[in-house]
Amino acid sequence: MAAQQPVPGTQTGLVIGEAEEFADASTRASVSIARDGRGGGAGRELPRKPFNFRRWFFATGWRHVVGILMVVFSLFPIVFVISSSLNPHGTLTGSNALFSAIGLESYVRILTDPQVPFLTWFGNTLMIAGITAVLTVFLGALAAYSFSRMRFTGRRFGLISIVVVQMFPQLLAVVAIFLLMSAIGDWFPAIGLNTHIGLIMVYLGGALGVNTYLMYGFFNTVPASIDEAAKIDGAGHARIFFTIILRLVAPILAVVALLSFIASVNEFVVASVLLIDTDKQTLAVGLTKLVSNPRYADWSAFSAGAVIAALPVVALFLFLQKYIVGGLTAGAVK
Amino acid sequence: MSTTIDDEVSVETPQKPTKKQRRAANIADAASGGLKMLLAKLLMLGLVDAIAIYGVIILASAEQWLVAAIVAVVAVIVNWIYFSRRKLPAKYLTPGVIFLVVFQVFVLVYTGYIAFTNYGTGHNGSKEQAVSSLMASSLQRVEDSPTYPVTVVDQGGTLGLLVTDPDGEALLGTNDEPLAPVDAEMDGDKAVAVDGWTTLQFGEVVTRTDEITALAVPFSDDPNDGALRTPDGSSAYLYLSNLEYDEAAGTMTNLDTGTVYSDIGTGAFTSDSGEELLPGWQIVVGFDNFVRAVTDERLAGPLVYVTLWTFAFALISVASTFFLGLFLAIVFNDMRMKGRKYYRVLMILPYAVPSFLSALIWAGMMNESFGFINQVLFGGASIPWLTDPVLAKFSVLLVNLWLGFPYMFLVCTGALQSIPEELQEAATVDGAKPWAVFRLIKLPLLLVSVAPLLIASFAFNFNNFNVIYMLTDGGPRDSNAPIPVGFTDILISMVYKVAFTGQTRDYGLASAYSIIIFVIVAVISVIAFRRTKSLEELN
Repeated sequence: MAAQQPVPGTQTGLVIGEAEEFADASTRASVSIARDGRGGGAGRELPRKPFNFRRWFFATGWRHVVGILMVVFSLFPIVFVISSSLNPHGTLTGSNALFSAIGLESYVRILTDPQVPFLTWFGNTLMIAGITAVLTVFLGALAAYSFSRMRFTGRRFGLISIVVVQMFPQLLAVVAIFLLMSAIGDWFPAIGLNTHIGLIMVYLGGALGVNTYLMYGFFNTVPASIDEAAKIDGAGHARIFFTIILRLVAPILAVVALLSFIASVNEFVVASVLLIDTDKQTLAVGLTKLVSNPRYADWSAFSAGAVIAALPVVALFLFLQKYIVGGLTAGAVK
Repeated sequence: MSTTIDDEVSVETPQKPTKKQRRAANIADAASGGLKMLLAKLLMLGLVDAIAIYGVIILASAEQWLVAAIVAVVAVIVNWIYFSRRKLPAKYLTPGVIFLVVFQVFVLVYTGYIAFTNYGTGHNGSKEQAVSSLMASSLQRVEDSPTYPVTVVDQGGTLGLLVTDPDGEALLGTNDEPLAPVDAEMDGDKAVAVDGWTTLQFGEVVTRTDEITALAVPFSDDPNDGALRTPDGSSAYLYLSNLEYDEAAGTMTNLDTGTVYSDIGTGAFTSDSGEELLPGWQIVVGFDNFVRAVTDERLAGPLVYVTLWTFAFALISVASTFFLGLFLAIVFNDMRMKGRKYYRVLMILPYAVPSFLSALIWAGMMNESFGFINQVLFGGASIPWLTDPVLAKFSVLLVNLWLGFPYMFLVCTGALQSIPEELQEAATVDGAKPWAVFRLIKLPLLLVSVAPLLIASFAFNFNNFNVIYMLTDGGPRDSNAPIPVGFTDILISMVYKVAFTGQTRDYGLASAYSIIIFVIVAVISVIAFRRTKSLEELN
């Protein structure tokens, strides 16, 4: 995230003058001359002011209250699931006393239960989402490069139609996708229904879309003079694309790859329709079926699975946080 | 760009390159590619061509001429594009466009077609398939029929019966192929092996019993001649259907009851009293699905309240996440506050956890009798968070707020920080109070940049299947509706349930619902984009 700009005085309900706020901010830690009671504006003319709890509270303290409340709200399901995953043999009821028992048995259970091929699901998900992410970025970058650097008939039309087509999500056409893939499966069993390649191909149908738009915007920020300089030096379009442009736009490639990865991890509808065998399914499909009735499910084993499943995504997310925020807000701010 | 191929005059290319310039550019381009590039290109194209040729052969042998032709044409176009010196943009666009056309555009059109058919459980094949399937499912053993000695044979996974008829002649047939005479190796007066087929040994017969007992080898092309079935893999009996098919009249007659079922154009044999023989077959039914969706009382009711709830859900979700996110962005956009970074990381965690997991976890916590919220936070109360029609809606909105506010928080923070400081200073100098500065200056500017994202977020929530399905599964179920629909279902989850859950799958109706949603989404987006254009003019 870019360096923070101070934007004082925008807060609703905060009516202290701006000058005073700045003075307050710069002197809070410093030694005061004399405490002059609680009057908020009493020390206005003095360069240094004493620490005043009430003024501090109205300026920044209440923000901490909001922050703590929101952190509790944000974290409470996460803490709950971590707690129940550590519960050795918890049902849903048994998971309610947070951190009452600590053990890794439920992790062992979810990883070794022969009825629940968790590791297979996990591997399927990582593989499908990973390949989809890489290919989505590649196909999208190719398209974004041509839209950004070339002028051709139908360019505007192409850009607009990509956005329009994307407005109709694939899951609306899931019946047609199912019938299409089962027809393909009749002729080419290797890429039809119940195959990972088939699912990835369906996901790639969305490779040109919002992502291309995001990349297109970023490609435009790379000056065309770089291309021209390379061209004078004798580089062809392919060399310019693969060796120069792709490196310069690496941050947006990372963002798009991550967003696509997360989208595929979360995708349920198409995956549940296309992948029939339990061993072929993804985490979203498998885990959902596993706890379709939370009352009877092995809740702590599910929680352990959820923690394991969420870890790579959360880690990637936090690791790439800076870029994601940049990518999202670049869209917002233009 | 000197390598453009077009003749479109755009702002960026004020002058069209001359022919000479273009040729020079092409030569330079080709020269710079290098041998490695050329080899890679040839290799990739060779691979694509090999796959295409393989595909065409398979499709041609399955007599799918149209599809085979399409594959061939696409392969030719791809080769032409990549061997051409020109068509540069096409070289970059083709791979993505192929996937886009097949898996977005084509399936969209195909959805439109399915919406006009009766495709679904009981109607998923051709009329011939329906006839043979009906005949096969009503087979009954003929009393006192001769016993046919048989040998079970296998060819590439397909089982066949090698039959010796009472005259001592060998016949071979499968489920799909009627019996035909073959030259077989005889063991005494029983045929035991035939060229091209593997004879199953006793052990294999035992392990594949289910497949073998399901075999019904038609006697001839006429389904009325019956079929041979073997209960044990060594002797077969004649089975005749209790249905008789009259191809000329297009009727099915039940020989036991004498009821005549005729093809009255509804995709199934129907008796005079309206009784249908299923499976039927697939036909185009025109606007029937649409008419049924909006006029059948039991379907129209759910469609109306599901549509209303979908709008309410999407609007409230966008509004609640946006206002909470904006509020937090303002609260944490103050330089004097310490530890903002930590708050921010902790607050965006809900956005980082895969949403299907969060929704499942919330479903556990909101469980009426065992969930954390009732058991611990409400001291053992049994509040029906997910099973009461009204409370379930509230729960869905609450969980979606939890999932969505970090995104809005991030976006609003970015947007706020991009608003120039000077505006604020100028307003303050003019004597504006902070609230006025916010309401009259910052909020409008913020909305200009955030509005497209709000529309995108609305579109996303309009089809936010995961939250609904994982949390409540659309429940509580509406028991009056003939389709599996519940009080928190949104349109997209209703489509999914109509198409893929329950005893009867109605692809036609589901596709009709999809088309209805398409239309709604299209209308909204046109209106919304008009609106945002007018907002942009503010800037």
